[in-house]
Amino acid sequence: MSDIFAARSQMAMSLVFHIIFAAIGVALPLMMVIAEGLWLRTHDAAYLCVAKRWAKGTAILFAIGAVSGTVLSFELGLLWPRFMGFAGAAIGMPFSLEGFAFFTEAIFLGIYLYGWRRVSPGIHLLAGAIVAVSGVASAMFVCLANGWMNTPTGFRLVNGQLTDINVWQALRNPAGLPQAIHMILASYCAAGFATAGIHALLVLRDRSNRFHQCAIAIALLVGGSAAVLQAVSGDALARMTARNLPTKLAAMEGNFDTRSGAPLRIGGLPDVRTRQTKYSIEIPDGLSLLAFHSPHATVEGLDKTPREEWPNVLVVHIAFQIMVGIGTLLICVSLFAVWLAWKRGPLIERPRFLQLLVLCSPLGFVALESGWVVTEVGRQPWIIYHIMRTSDAVTTMPGLTTPMVLFTGLYLILAAVVIWLMSKHVIASPSEAEIQAVAGSEVLVHARP
Amino acid sequence: MHAPEMLLALILMGSLTLYVLLGGADYGGGVWDLLSSGPRRQEQRELISNAITPVWEANHVWLVLVVVLLFAGFPAAFAAITTALNIPLTVLIIGIVMRGSSFVFRAYHTGDYRTQRRWGLTFAIASTITPICLGVVVGAMSSGRVLVRDGVSVNGFLAPWLGTFPLMVGLFALSLFVFLAAVYLTVEARDPALQEDFRRKALVSGVIVALMAIGTFLAARTGAPDIYAGLLQPSLVWIVQGATAAYAIGAFVALLKRKYKVARAAAMLQVALILWGWGLSQFPFFLQGEMTVSEAAAAPPVLWALIGATLAGLLVLFPSILYMMQTFKANNEDIPLH
Repeated sequence: MSDIFAARSQMAMSLVFHIIFAAIGVALPLMMVIAEGLWLRTHDAAYLCVAKRWAKGTAILFAIGAVSGTVLSFELGLLWPRFMGFAGAAIGMPFSLEGFAFFTEAIFLGIYLYGWRRVSPGIHLLAGAIVAVSGVASAMFVCLANGWMNTPTGFRLVNGQLTDINVWQALRNPAGLPQAIHMILASYCAAGFATAGIHALLVLRDRSNRFHQCAIAIALLVGGSAAVLQAVSGDALARMTARNLPTKLAAMEGNFDTRSGAPLRIGGLPDVRTRQTKYSIEIPDGLSLLAFHSPHATVEGLDKTPREEWPNVLVVHIAFQIMVGIGTLLICVSLFAVWLAWKRGPLIERPRFLQLLVLCSPLGFVALESGWVVTEVGRQPWIIYHIMRTSDAVTTMPGLTTPMVLFTGLYLILAAVVIWLMSKHVIASPSEAEIQAVAGSEVLVHARP
Repeated sequence: MHAPEMLLALILMGSLTLYVLLGGADYGGGVWDLLSSGPRRQEQRELISNAITPVWEANHVWLVLVVVLLFAGFPAAFAAITTALNIPLTVLIIGIVMRGSSFVFRAYHTGDYRTQRRWGLTFAIASTITPICLGVVVGAMSSGRVLVRDGVSVNGFLAPWLGTFPLMVGLFALSLFVFLAAVYLTVEARDPALQEDFRRKALVSGVIVALMAIGTFLAARTGAPDIYAGLLQPSLVWIVQGATAAYAIGAFVALLKRKYKVARAAAMLQVALILWGWGLSQFPFFLQGEMTVSEAAAAPPVLWALIGATLAGLLVLFPSILYMMQTFKANNEDIPLH
């Protein structure tokens, strides 16, 4: 394995691993705060039980997210020191701000998880809300940094060096905010559907449990509304990509030829040798409409980019199709759920719908990972678009296959243990007696002066 | 001293100091978990675990802050360090991952004692290795062997850190963390017998710290000759070293007299001064003999922006930290964490 390939694989693997925990860290706190808020309002013990269960999940997953995130901050230098030496000053600001957001998150998560009996109910709920907000802020800052790699701004390039760096302008790069919103919504969508699916599975086994009814309602509310909003966010991101990163858009769409009234391709396999995308369903003028909101707009194809500056078109196109396909499906499921609940009453009494939720549970995360494949592979061969090549950024350290294998093994073990622990502690039906016991102890505690 | 790079370097040193004083003690706790013995073995482990559980993640973030401020404000130094010290840093992050994950795994593997012990052992071993790596990196930065030209490490990937001096600094760092943890735990223990256990541990590790300090100083003669020569010249460094020694003796005496809160304050000052003494003797170099603080720094506007953002961040951060400490470290051990 070549060193550059090993470095890219290690980075990709570390990101794929960390993003799952990061996304859950964004979404689960919001869900647990909603559950706790509903408990404070209704005094229905099932809500408290849901909040406590999710808090336990957050405790395990946040710890793994925190350490795998630390690994990434080091890996930026360990694998790409020349990129960091070159651009550290330009992307350092969002990472520094992210550091403070992460700090706030860790502090108030500690208070939330271990302060049930030490702070008042209102403060406890507020601590949870701070965790939820700072999780969103963390995700936003990291995406702003990644956005800069896609659409670098806020500097002048003089003799191959970045000069006159304006960190605030770098922060306001065109790709940053649309990417950040897309990622935050994706986190809510992925974690919401995953949680709803898990509870749906449990309710199919234990039909009458109120606990799951409350959990599914909250998870579906968060995941479903994010899925619907994602359509708007995706459109904004696609238009930004069309303007600023035409090569990436062309690869996403398998669009080889520049033309006006470009068709939208659904599915298909791009072949870079014949420069054609076969077996796809083509919607005339669709891409021009979506990318520029005009049916006759000219959309740049891959032919405008020299062949050696193409990303891996096949990978980018397929990953994009997976993301969009899943996104569309989850929107349909969300709208269907609204219709079903409105016309036919409680969703929990519809076994077919619950089965559908179970099938959907991993899909949000598949879409989220595919989206990152689109944006990262789609930027290649550049680490900073049109400024620095990935191959010029890699470390001179030889033998990079070793750490790649080491970290892959390590993360596989961690993933196995996390799944096992979650199935034992979080993914299990509590008995009615347990729900009452949790609530009973809590009422007693909060009754203290 | 008004130059922004000096200001940011001071902030960086401050963050590192807080990481050592707070996060360092969490590593030390892991080592004491490994070394727990005697009739109160289980109680010792529980005390350590309860002291670390609610705060370790927040304490850990100081390191993240050090790393991001380092690459944001001193990108050239970050690139050189991550290139030449790739191997100890890789071991360091593996240690960080193992420490953090095994700690939560242990907490949630309730019921199965053997598996729980296995995670406890992983936690303890990772808590030992990680501080050594951290010390090795710091020692290597002082040794003058971190030379990177055009992205290539002149001394290869072993010589910059594989030597007596960096390894001595690694062991010195470990002993400091272990000492800090033992001193903190004398304050956190409610049970007098447990308090005595950790008082004894603190005294023993205090002696080890002194021995390690002498060992590191001797190793510096060949391992970090510039710093060694600097230490022999009368300067501000002497005052700092003198104060360090005074606080070290103060901490020791306070432990002997069972004045635990005094001992804690003295130990914290001692460790902080060791770090600042290192910084001072290294100054003006970031990488000894190779790259000064000014050479490593980004352009002034970038630095000012970072300083502004950091100060704004600290304004939110410090009240939050104080509130957390008050919630978990204010003599309310009778209230369970769960």
